[in-house]
Amino acid sequence: MSTKLTVLDAGPLTTVQDLGRRGYAHLGVPRSGALDMAAAGYANRLVGNPPEAAVLETTLGGVSIQVSGSTMAAVTGAPASVTVDGRPRPFAEPLLLRAGETLTVGPAVSGLRSYLSFAGGVDATPVLGSRSTDTLSGLGPPRLTSGAKLELGVPVGESHGADVPVVLRYPDTARVRLVPGPRHDWFTEGVLDFLTSTSYTVSARSNRVGVRLEGPSLERRERAELPSEGLVLGAVQVPASGQPLVFLNDHPTTGGYPVVGVVAPEDLNVCAQLRPGCMLRFVLA
Amino acid sequence: MRVLRVGTDSLLVEVADTAAAMRVYDEARRREVKAAEVVPAARTVLFAGVADLSRLEVDLASWESEKATSRPSGSGLVVEVPTVYDGPDMESVARHWDVSTRELVDLHTSTEMVVAFCGFAPGFAYCTGLEAMRPVPRLDEPRTKVPAGSVGLADVFTGVYPSASPGGWQLIGRTDLVLWDEDREQPATLAPGSRVRFVEVSG
Repeated sequence: MSTKLTVLDAGPLTTVQDLGRRGYAHLGVPRSGALDMAAAGYANRLVGNPPEAAVLETTLGGVSIQVSGSTMAAVTGAPASVTVDGRPRPFAEPLLLRAGETLTVGPAVSGLRSYLSFAGGVDATPVLGSRSTDTLSGLGPPRLTSGAKLELGVPVGESHGADVPVVLRYPDTARVRLVPGPRHDWFTEGVLDFLTSTSYTVSARSNRVGVRLEGPSLERRERAELPSEGLVLGAVQVPASGQPLVFLNDHPTTGGYPVVGVVAPEDLNVCAQLRPGCMLRFVLA
Repeated sequence: MRVLRVGTDSLLVEVADTAAAMRVYDEARRREVKAAEVVPAARTVLFAGVADLSRLEVDLASWESEKATSRPSGSGLVVEVPTVYDGPDMESVARHWDVSTRELVDLHTSTEMVVAFCGFAPGFAYCTGLEAMRPVPRLDEPRTKVPAGSVGLADVFTGVYPSASPGGWQLIGRTDLVLWDEDREQPATLAPGSRVRFVEVSG
């Protein structure tokens, strides 16, 4: 009989995430998947899971999960208190949970999203090859609710010890590398200098679709309407307000506002951990 | 054709019109371009997660030599969309086109359409074929809830809402055809390149 998880407290937003849904953007399907892939991958390695195993992604507020059988688990990403039946346990290390025990992850101390892995991975029903919850289109398993039950898959590997330096504190100010284009010429002369010489504040309206930024508005040179065009992960789109937003994994597949630049792939994990009020500064890649 | 780099591993191909974008998408499929995603849109085709960017850039230059002007005729069997033409915006669209509502239905059902691209929601297809008509403006105030199966017009496109959602397209009818089923191997009934015919049925 497979091990089950019972959600005792789902927190503000906890979802099932894996590598996401690729190859369906031409049908209007967002890619979805864990926002901080490095943290999610590390959580999986700690419990001996392959990279594609599904994990739980929290948002700022933590989560509490009871297990029906003994299993290995790990918590990575945004640093948070970790307890098992109320006893403090280490962050970012493999933990043995026994039948009936409850793993509780506290609110993020810094950063935004913690990742919980369990040996065998969360076995939600895959949709188009992925177990990820897509908050934009609604594909995949529903977001966790208190009382919900989830199954675990069959463990396939051995759990590893900690093998990479763990981020113990995410900074409140992030430098994010930007590859200019494809539509920077839709903005006034010197837009890239302007964009890289100012700081933006992460808005409370940010979510899995994108990091919304507040700060100096970017001025358009081209007034025409942009026919909708395909979007990539990390695209920095500038809507009518002039306030840029960085698209994350649940971004729509197409958009009708110009994209001034694209965040370098290695900086997407940093973007995923930016909480409201953090500062973001773009630098040219 | 203009080729723009997007980030570190993607290209955006910009062309003159939707028909040209459809041809680039067709050609990309025929050539089995190695990319994680190939996303056609109104005037562009995005190649995202490309294995060999510079090679694709070079290749694309040779595609351009294949001059064509016609709209691709689509592929596969014609998907028939049984439609009840009783949408709340029938009168408004008919006035906009300066035709009667009967003529609107005849126009809409006598045209074989081709899906140019999808977007907005999984399985929401932008069907082309009525380019000769005046582009239809979106509603000033989008509806907060458009029922699944609603058939609408916007710009030169016809679309069918695969699921209930907010929407600003002018609604001319409804269908009970399932547009999206994620449990099927091909989840979208209408995909880029699909041939479509709307067929009038009585409610």
